[in-house]
Amino acid sequence: MALVDSGSAKDTGVRLSEAMPGDYFALLKPRVMSLVIFTALVGLVAAPVPLNPLIASIALLAIAVGAGASGALNMWYDADIDQVMSRTRTRPVPAGRVTPGEALAFGLVLSFLSVMTLGLLVNWLAAALLAFTIFFYVVIYTMWLKRSTPQNIVIGGAAGALPPVIGWAAVTGEVSLESFILFLIIFLWTPPHFWALALFKSEDYGRAGIPMMPNVAGAASTRRQIFAYSVIIAPLAVTPWLLGYVSIAYGLCATALGAGFLWYAWQVLRMRDDDRTMKPAKALFAYSILYLFSIFAIYLLDTIVTKFLDGGVVA
Amino acid sequence: MMDKNGVELTPQQRKARRARSIAIGLALAALVIIFYVATIAKFGPAILDRPL
Repeated sequence: MALVDSGSAKDTGVRLSEAMPGDYFALLKPRVMSLVIFTALVGLVAAPVPLNPLIASIALLAIAVGAGASGALNMWYDADIDQVMSRTRTRPVPAGRVTPGEALAFGLVLSFLSVMTLGLLVNWLAAALLAFTIFFYVVIYTMWLKRSTPQNIVIGGAAGALPPVIGWAAVTGEVSLESFILFLIIFLWTPPHFWALALFKSEDYGRAGIPMMPNVAGAASTRRQIFAYSVIIAPLAVTPWLLGYVSIAYGLCATALGAGFLWYAWQVLRMRDDDRTMKPAKALFAYSILYLFSIFAIYLLDTIVTKFLDGGVVA
Repeated sequence: MMDKNGVELTPQQRKARRARSIAIGLALAALVIIFYVATIAKFGPAILDRPL
């Protein structure tokens, strides 16, 4: 019989959760989710086909919940390493507010709901892309690459880069070169962004046994690779203008922002090996977030203004 | 307060369980509304166009 004797939970050894809804919300990685929503919105709006605003909102919600579900599954699997890293030890699972099993169930249920909702109410290509994104982030990145290769965030970055493609597919039912370029911008932005963080958090990653680039190849090699990716990302972000997807206003802004990215990456490249404060790496990390947000914000604004001037329907 | 297993919940556990129950209820209600409204939006008046 499963019933336990009368008494307090402490007496009987039964664990009764004290997790509040906010703890479950934290499992969704809301800050990552906000970037996913934003980049998916750009894909939705940039698509050349008008979409019912209600269906577009549902598509965004489903994409956001799917991204959140993959975050919960990531926290379920990574609870052991989150425990030893200062940046992550207050997360709900390592802090003991939510059990790994609860995080797993939460992530699986939300994954299923988000994919089915997107498929039934929007289209099945977008749903398949969302399911692939969740699978790629949880199985390929979290379970396999993260603990086995310094290229973990390079390849794993594909999961974080897919939301604009899903947004585009939600509207058009297909994948295009324009949405692929938006994918490439996020994909190639990911290594310099995360390696800047890994430079000043290398002790944390080392303690957790994660083979980040500075821990495996050394700080000097990481700084060179950050600069190499920056040389690629700066002109790549300008190509949507060169291909005629957006106006010269975007092109000029992307050029200026790219020059800023290169300048910060150059400061990191010149950083001395004995620099303990690592201010250039911290500055590049902060700037990289501002950079990606600005690139997509300007892309969104440019698209909306162009559609408005053309007399088209936005979203 | 005893639950059905005879386990006594602390005030914090009761408060957390109530908050979680409300959150699940609201999420389910939102899901029902989303599917209802989206069905109307996708099909429009055609939703009534069916053989009797």
